[in-house]
Amino acid sequence: MPDWDYSIAEIGDQLPPLTLRPINQDDLVLYANASGDQNPIHINQNFAKKSGLPNVIAHGMLIMSYLGRLLTNFIPQSSIKNFTVQFSNMTHLNQQVICTGKVLEKDSIDGKEVVTISLKVEDLQGEKKIIGQAIINSDL
Amino acid sequence: MIDRSLIGKTYPPFYSEVTEEKIRLFAKAIGEANPIHFLVESAMKEGHRSLLAPLTFLTTVSYEQEDPYKYLKDLNIELGQFLHANQEYTYFSPVCAGDRIKMESKLSDLFDKRGGRLQFLVFRSTYTNQDKVIVAKSKTTLVVR
Repeated sequence: MPDWDYSIAEIGDQLPPLTLRPINQDDLVLYANASGDQNPIHINQNFAKKSGLPNVIAHGMLIMSYLGRLLTNFIPQSSIKNFTVQFSNMTHLNQQVICTGKVLEKDSIDGKEVVTISLKVEDLQGEKKIIGQAIINSDL
Repeated sequence: MIDRSLIGKTYPPFYSEVTEEKIRLFAKAIGEANPIHFLVESAMKEGHRSLLAPLTFLTTVSYEQEDPYKYLKDLNIELGQFLHANQEYTYFSPVCAGDRIKMESKLSDLFDKRGGRLQFLVFRSTYTNQDKVIVAKSKTTLVVR
């Protein structure tokens, strides 16, 4: 695993942020095909406009998946026991998002280290897209 | 207004085969480059049976159904009318290529906010593999605009 080790991180320590490139239509079509979520609100401009949106919007699960990458960039996936997010705002075409996380709590439960990480996705203007948290427990 | 008597409604179980192709395509679509999602040898070197499904991969299971939005249409909710409000996954065991996953879902809650202008639907799902091991549970909250 790379340079950031959650097991020795202190409360308040930040994960190295993950900055994505601006979301484009191809990203959404690829995700729609890979996930099976073909809701036209994500891939059909006319439908999105008829639904009262300026254009297609990103799948919430795509943005959550980016946040998942922030976690697995630094934490073995099998140690991640819970991953919870709240979607606060839509992510629009051409928006660029940054995924960040920091250690919120460290506990020892039955002698096992349990680390809670608070998570956030926001765009470059600071509008929140996701807030969330992950619970890490290295003992399988 | 959605009929609150529907709380507790269960949906027929749905089965999905997790394949190497699906994992690779999903990993590519989310920009994940870790070889444990692309190369079986890399996944095995990390102790996995085969390619490891990314954290959010289980979202793909329900969309394989013939009409993945039927459960919403049955509640008179149209595409374009709802948004994803919350998502929670609790993980118990890894999901790998070669697994056959059974998804069992129910409508676990309905509530509204802002004097009924926003309605929330909460679905809970359990994912079980071919060895009858519960691999994950999810809670999905949708909001109807």
